[in-house]
Amino acid sequence: MSEPTKAPAPSGRAATKKELPEHFKSYRHVWVFVEQERGQVHPVSWELMGAGRKLADKLKVDLAAVVIGPQGEVSRQAAAEAFCYGADLAYVVADDLLADYRNEAYTKALTDIVNTFKPEILLLGATTLGRDLAGSVATTLLTGLTADCTELDVDPDGSLAATRPTFGGSLLCTIYTLNYRPQMATVRPRVMPMPERVARDPGRIVTHPLGLVEDDIVTKIRAFLPDRDSAKSNLAYADVVVAGGLGLGSPENFQLVRQLAAVLGADYGCSRPLVQKGWVTSDRQIGQTGKTIRPKLYIAAGISGAIQHRVGVDGADLIVAINTDKNAPIFDFAHVGIVTDAIRFLPALTEAFRARLSPHSRDRIAS
Amino acid sequence: MHIIVCIKQVPDSAQIRVHPVTNTIMRQGVPTIINPYDLFALEAALALRDRFGGTVTVLTMGPPSAEDSLRKALTFGIDRAVLLTDRFFAGADTLATTYALAAAIRKIGETFGAPDIVFTGKQTIDGDTAQVGPGIAKRLGLLQLTYVAKINTLDLEAGTIEAERRSEGGVQVLQTRLPCLVTMLEASNEIRRGGMADALRAARAEIVKWSAQDAGVADIAKCGLRGSPTIVKRVFAPPPRAEKATMVDIAGQPPADALIAHIFQRAPKLEAELAALARGY
Ligand SMILES: Cc1cc2nc3c(=O)[nH]c(=O)nc-3n(C[C@H](O)[C@H](O)[C@H](O)COP(=O)(O)OP(=O)(O)OC[C@H]3O[C@@H](n4cnc5c(N)ncnc54)[C@H](O)[C@@H]3O)c2cc1C
Repeated sequence: MSEPTKAPAPSGRAATKKELPEHFKSYRHVWVFVEQERGQVHPVSWELMGAGRKLADKLKVDLAAVVIGPQGEVSRQAAAEAFCYGADLAYVVADDLLADYRNEAYTKALTDIVNTFKPEILLLGATTLGRDLAGSVATTLLTGLTADCTELDVDPDGSLAATRPTFGGSLLCTIYTLNYRPQMATVRPRVMPMPERVARDPGRIVTHPLGLVEDDIVTKIRAFLPDRDSAKSNLAYADVVVAGGLGLGSPENFQLVRQLAAVLGADYGCSRPLVQKGWVTSDRQIGQTGKTIRPKLYIAAGISGAIQHRVGVDGADLIVAINTDKNAPIFDFAHVGIVTDAIRFLPALTEAFRARLSPHSRDRIAS
Repeated sequence: MHIIVCIKQVPDSAQIRVHPVTNTIMRQGVPTIINPYDLFALEAALALRDRFGGTVTVLTMGPPSAEDSLRKALTFGIDRAVLLTDRFFAGADTLATTYALAAAIRKIGETFGAPDIVFTGKQTIDGDTAQVGPGIAKRLGLLQLTYVAKINTLDLEAGTIEAERRSEGGVQVLQTRLPCLVTMLEASNEIRRGGMADALRAARAEIVKWSAQDAGVADIAKCGLRGSPTIVKRVFAPPPRAEKATMVDIAGQPPADALIAHIFQRAPKLEAELAALARGY
């Protein structure tokens, strides 16, 4: 990934596309790495299949899923599922040494199949696993890797145009890997829409050996300590999200956000300053350096709508903003806005939703 | 024991402003800081030195002004600072950056002793890629432990390290061999305040300054902009949404009811879904 601080359009080099070196000309097709851990495919993989499908169609090439995992049902299932999300074929490296993620083994598996089957584009989720793996693979292959893309497209000449926020997200930049292959990019969960799943029989599956024995892998897994369920926030995948910002004025007032969320059965989040002030835990931060969300309804109270916040919520179907300042930037991308004091308005909104959504409680009060 | 910590000097993001008209970043006068994530790496290194002895070397690649961040690191009690600076490094993407840093780490090893651990932060706040740590590890043939929340044990005699690595849905407890590269997770510790002696030493200390040639960089063409496979072609402001927000009129009916009416008018299916969600509670 290019340093976003890099000057725009470096003269000379960037403007001229040199001929792709001969040995890269055979690189074709779009690949998506299907990330699975402990039998679960990370949904970002299917989101990437949706994005990859569009690129492959534009390039008139195949879309391949790459499944790396243990032998047996888990990997077979992940590959079968990939066809339902648009894969034309699947490459599978299945070996029990790959049951749990370890950088050494996964880097070897992915690097080997890239070198054998030569894709032009390779996409991975920007998760802890995906970033750990992508950095190692790109360095091994000495190719370009663009992190945290928000948009992927192909130019008429067939090169991947990977767009991401640059410094602090105030601007976007489009990055190319013109003279190296594969062109690698990562995308964070929820940035791309989830494509529809269409039940389909599995297509062609190409298996490839790992070629390692346990003794070759230095790193050993001593234990896995799962997070407590209560510690998990499902913010990124929530259907309704209510969030608060500095406009709430105090940590106590953040309760108002939680109360509205509770009535809506929603998850709650916040802007970055609230995390920095210690009012809210960091897993609740929404935005460029927090979570990306795609809810059906997003209610933002006392949030100005800085671009770093916006990039995390742009995928929401309906954005509602509550802000005292009618010129707040959030009204530039919200669908519905209300200029009012959130501290006084949120309790009223919570009550009004409660009355409307659970008529029984209202009946009871009325009778 | 010898530990190397790689840090980056970054603009203080809290003070970055975007020019309202030209939409470009107003960099002038923005103070710089040590990338906040790197502070966790510095503290992790110092904590290991407390327990096992040895020295900690801090390394940064950057313009000559990056010396400020190195001096700051020395105030925490870091033993030695190396500044890798050369115009050839300008405009480097992550691949070119790891090429230069790997060369410098090799040189530090030859000059001051081979490192047992190389630390980095989990990512920077300006580049945000999290790629440099893994890249350095790959280039130096080091094993890597990323997103480390805690180092459980270090056995210098056996040459092993056990650490807790954050992963999706839980923590992996991993054991690997030294030398290795560790990227530290945020909030894994808190950087100490150095003592008076450290502050005095930091002000006077000689910073080791290396050019590409000094660091033994073999191929200048692999550095900086020239050595970067990625190319930034376009920089632009995000397009505004075509349609403006519908503003709820707060005169008249109770504003909360008015807002809810707007919401359900725009998303008719939402009411039933919300009722179902709310019942779930
Ligand atoms: C590198 C970088 C990364 C960043 N990443 C993120 C990120 O991931 N997420 C993020 O959110 N930010 C991020 N930021 C910070 C971002 O730039 C903004 O500073 C931040 O989003 C502002 O938070 P805010 O809207 O809560 O506060 P402010 O910008 O201070 O806005 C407060 C708003 O509340 C309104 N208000 C005041 N009183 C009331 C009231 N009583 N009722 C209703 N409204 C009221 C004000 O009119 C104002 O619009 C990042 C910044 C940088 C530089």
